[in-house]
Amino acid sequence: MNGSMITFWTTAVIAVISAIFLVVNRNPVLSALCLIVTFFMQAVLYLTLSAQFIAAVQVIVYAGAIMVLFLFVIMLLNLGAPEALRESGTLQTPVAILLALVFMVLLLGAGAIGIESTIPPASHAFLMSSGTVESIGKTLFDPNLPWLFPFEVTSILLLVGVIGAVVLAKRRL
Amino acid sequence: MTTVPTAHYLALSAILFTIGVIGVLVKRNPIVIFMCIELMLNSVNLTFIALGRHFGQMNGQMYVIFVMAVAAAEVAIGLGIIVAIFRTRETINVDEINLLKF
Repeated sequence: MNGSMITFWTTAVIAVISAIFLVVNRNPVLSALCLIVTFFMQAVLYLTLSAQFIAAVQVIVYAGAIMVLFLFVIMLLNLGAPEALRESGTLQTPVAILLALVFMVLLLGAGAIGIESTIPPASHAFLMSSGTVESIGKTLFDPNLPWLFPFEVTSILLLVGVIGAVVLAKRRL
Repeated sequence: MTTVPTAHYLALSAILFTIGVIGVLVKRNPIVIFMCIELMLNSVNLTFIALGRHFGQMNGQMYVIFVMAVAAAEVAIGLGIIVAIFRTRETINVDEINLLKF
């Protein structure tokens, strides 16, 4: 049990526990806070995977911008007491959990087990340079690689997002 | 120093994705459903980065950047739709928003 394994297990257990608490509690604000904890734990996991830039973006974009948006909408809607949205006590919940667990078993069986035995992991030199801003920028803006055009299209997507949010949120244009 | 096996990351990602699926299927509050969708997107991001490291390629991290951009746009639109629905229907319980069903 060395340091990286301890880091992985600690962050993984905290992430799973807070994700479970996100689903089971009834208060949306508590759910949002649990999701922020999960996002931070995933940022730590990205750091252990030598993806420093992605970890920083995870904290800034997800734990920062997106969760602020969620909390603002929760505040604006003013749902009242957390019991206002009572979950229906029908057959749906146990069936959903059962099917989801079957799905998880299929996922684990499909790819998660035994990847090490077929393909050897990457070299140490690649891991030292893979997650930096420099290598990400060189990959993203290299005209010989296929990422430059999707990057430009992303700007149109974000513009559509901005316009759509304004159109939807405005009472009268 | 030995690194954590990639299978561990993939298993954690599968567990987080399943929790997100359960949340989407069980919850009645569309804001929490959105949060569970974000959880699922994040677990897929974890898979991308773990496999990118495993195969020694940058493609995984590139995909994650684009997934994050799409998720940001999706959240802005989705929460706008939720606010618009709440303004017209005075409720956001997904069981009562069933006009498109018929």
